[in-house]
Amino acid sequence: MIPRPKPQKDRLRRTMMFMNAQKPGLIKDAYIYGCDSIMLDLEDAVAENQKDSARFSLYHALKTIDYGDTEVIVRINGLDTPHWQEDIRVCVAGGADGIRIAKCESAQDVITVEKAVEAAEEEFGVEKGRTLLMAALESPKGILNAYEICAASDRMLGVAISGGDFRKCMQTKPTRDGIDMVTARGMMLIAARAAGVQCFDTVFTDLDDEEGFRAEVQQNKAMGFDGKSLINPKQIRYVHEVFAPTEKEIIQAEQMVSAFRENAAKGLGVFTVNGKMVDIAFIPGAERTLRLAKACGLYEGDLV
Amino acid sequence: MKNAVGRDIPEELLVNGKEVYQGKNYLDGKYIQKAGPKTRRYEKPQESKIVDSLAQALRDCGAKSGMTFSFHHHLRDGDYVVNMVMKAAIEELGLEDLTIAATSLGSAHDPIADYIEQGKVVGIQTSGIRGRMGEVVSAGKLKTPAIIRSHGGRPRAIEAGEVHIDIAFVAAPTSDCVGNCRGIGGKSDCGSMGYAMTDAKFADHVVVVTDCLVDFPNYPASVEAIDVDAVVVVDSIGNPKKIASAAARISQNPRDLMMAEDVARVIASTPYFKEGFSFQTGVGGPSLAANLFLEKLMDERNIKMGWAIGGICGPMVELLKKGKVGKVIDVQDFDLDAVHSINQTPNHFEMSASQYANPANKGAFVNKLDFVVLAALEIDTDFNVNVLTGSDGVLRGAPGGHPDTAAGSKVCIIVTPLTRGRMATVCEHVVTVTTPGDCVDVLVTDYGIAVNPLRPDLIECLDKAGIKHVTIESLKEKAYSLVGRPDDLQWEDKVVAVLEARDGTILDVVRKIKPYKL
Repeated sequence: MIPRPKPQKDRLRRTMMFMNAQKPGLIKDAYIYGCDSIMLDLEDAVAENQKDSARFSLYHALKTIDYGDTEVIVRINGLDTPHWQEDIRVCVAGGADGIRIAKCESAQDVITVEKAVEAAEEEFGVEKGRTLLMAALESPKGILNAYEICAASDRMLGVAISGGDFRKCMQTKPTRDGIDMVTARGMMLIAARAAGVQCFDTVFTDLDDEEGFRAEVQQNKAMGFDGKSLINPKQIRYVHEVFAPTEKEIIQAEQMVSAFRENAAKGLGVFTVNGKMVDIAFIPGAERTLRLAKACGLYEGDLV
Repeated sequence: MKNAVGRDIPEELLVNGKEVYQGKNYLDGKYIQKAGPKTRRYEKPQESKIVDSLAQALRDCGAKSGMTFSFHHHLRDGDYVVNMVMKAAIEELGLEDLTIAATSLGSAHDPIADYIEQGKVVGIQTSGIRGRMGEVVSAGKLKTPAIIRSHGGRPRAIEAGEVHIDIAFVAAPTSDCVGNCRGIGGKSDCGSMGYAMTDAKFADHVVVVTDCLVDFPNYPASVEAIDVDAVVVVDSIGNPKKIASAAARISQNPRDLMMAEDVARVIASTPYFKEGFSFQTGVGGPSLAANLFLEKLMDERNIKMGWAIGGICGPMVELLKKGKVGKVIDVQDFDLDAVHSINQTPNHFEMSASQYANPANKGAFVNKLDFVVLAALEIDTDFNVNVLTGSDGVLRGAPGGHPDTAAGSKVCIIVTPLTRGRMATVCEHVVTVTTPGDCVDVLVTDYGIAVNPLRPDLIECLDKAGIKHVTIESLKEKAYSLVGRPDDLQWEDKVVAVLEARDGTILDVVRKIKPYKL
């Protein structure tokens, strides 16, 4: 068994790459592509009569493959299926970092999953609270309940919108400027920030439309998303490029964090950096910028 | 005696001035006496050199037992000519003790394995050997050790008289009645005929085999009538479907694409990536895909490629047509886009194998090459590469131009996945050294990049560009941690193949494989 570090709720998640948990060739070393998280799928990618074999493949992958720093999340089947309880047992027994709740519509859905996770942690002797949760919002109801979902459990790391199902409900198609989903994305972002969890955008499925993909990633960054779900490794590099902080942002963040630490030691809570007032409220953001910069290979200092 | 890559070369092979490999450029500056062929005069005006059959052509050229026949491999796995000629020589003329000196051999030539087993074919000299022929040679059934040479090593050996060709057979997509040959215009087109050129100049006799006779003069000719003794017209010289694929397509495999992008980034991090740089790449998945990413980086930096060489396929022709590469010079074509472009698209030229890669001439193209991107079956922690023997020790590959371009280029990049199935590609010791590690500079795998410590300048380039790299030892350990460490192969003493370095010294030997017992 490969011991994995305890999952971190607020780690970097610029890219979450989906792959079919049933395909050993895909999941054996998906970390080589450099995405922040991989999303092993037990749900839509797996045919109804293959759910068991996908779970076996998933369990053994989790037990034998060293995914290193790459976060391993599993998308389980919906709560309206006969599969989700067994999915959760396999995730917890295998030591997955997190579980993505498909088609989540209410806080109660999160609580239902959380109870099953807790029971599984008990059953398999896994540290209580280790397994993180995230929710996929796939319906108008899910979007309207986004805040209560985000705030439903301490295990919640974030929410993601699922474009395919959501557009179906809304009777819209993907548009170039994203107008079809802009309201939903905005509502979900506000809810996630209010609850203090992360927020991820949906996949972009037309692999040949590079221009469209780039436009969507830029919009994601501008709207304040933490990251994006992906379906192909070739999408990773561009997302990382767009989500990387600029040199100016990095320098500013570095100055803020070091000034804060120096001043805190002196007992000062408010001070100025380059003429701008800075207090503790700025620091998590600045630290996040530095962590991002470090992950992007743009910052080599030791403040984070 | 141990050579410079640590391989033990049996003393009995070190006769007639043969030496073990001493490191690259060992023979630089030495003089050689070129061998000349003994050729027949055709003083009397001749209407036509067409003869009725291969058997007749063989008789006319004085074919007898013990001779060496040469072939070239532009028809690749579609070739019918080797089998046709050997059948006529052995079954119609009853010849024995024959040696085949081919620029390469493939699974199209499986029937030759029977002649080896019957003892009719006693020698093989080639770059590539695969399929059943590889198996019977590895089983020790060839009377003399096969000699494996690179594409540059072969013309060197021919010119030096180490290989004497009694009759060269030229598989010609088109020929006229006196033997001017071209690789296009027929029904089995192959484009460049670069590998046949040296053979035709240095063989005592030359027989052209064609399935498309055209009007005289068939010009500009790749092989010229002045060297040709006889022309034989047959129904078909090859299977066009296996000669050239419709179009070499760039891989969509994410693993290949990731490695290809890393290759391009490594290239762009060096000072040689500047206006007018030169480049060669293979047709394997990640090698070919490197074209795509390189083009993007060329556009970003606003530079153009000066020239490209090698086996050529569509993506490179595309760059030429877009004006992003100045000249393409071509020894072999891999797809119909390239076949139809050579000598047709302006600045797409043909060259001989000697011009391409011969280490003993005065101006081989490989010596001016900035970058080459190559594949590998295996690479060891000394950066030695094997592209000849499989993990079971059986002959199933071809050095081709690998050792020549690696030695000549300023930056040689090997690109390969870390593992193939259960086999570690990066390993402790390759089965056979076909390209010595002192010619290999960078390894790009799906699990990371390693730079040969002999190239601190390149390490600095990668560091400056922020390209992460690791030691090749750590890649080897990762590979073994994934698929396990294989047991050593078991060999018998008998040498079944001698692997010549491009300069003619002995780089390695392949021994008879010991049957595996569980």
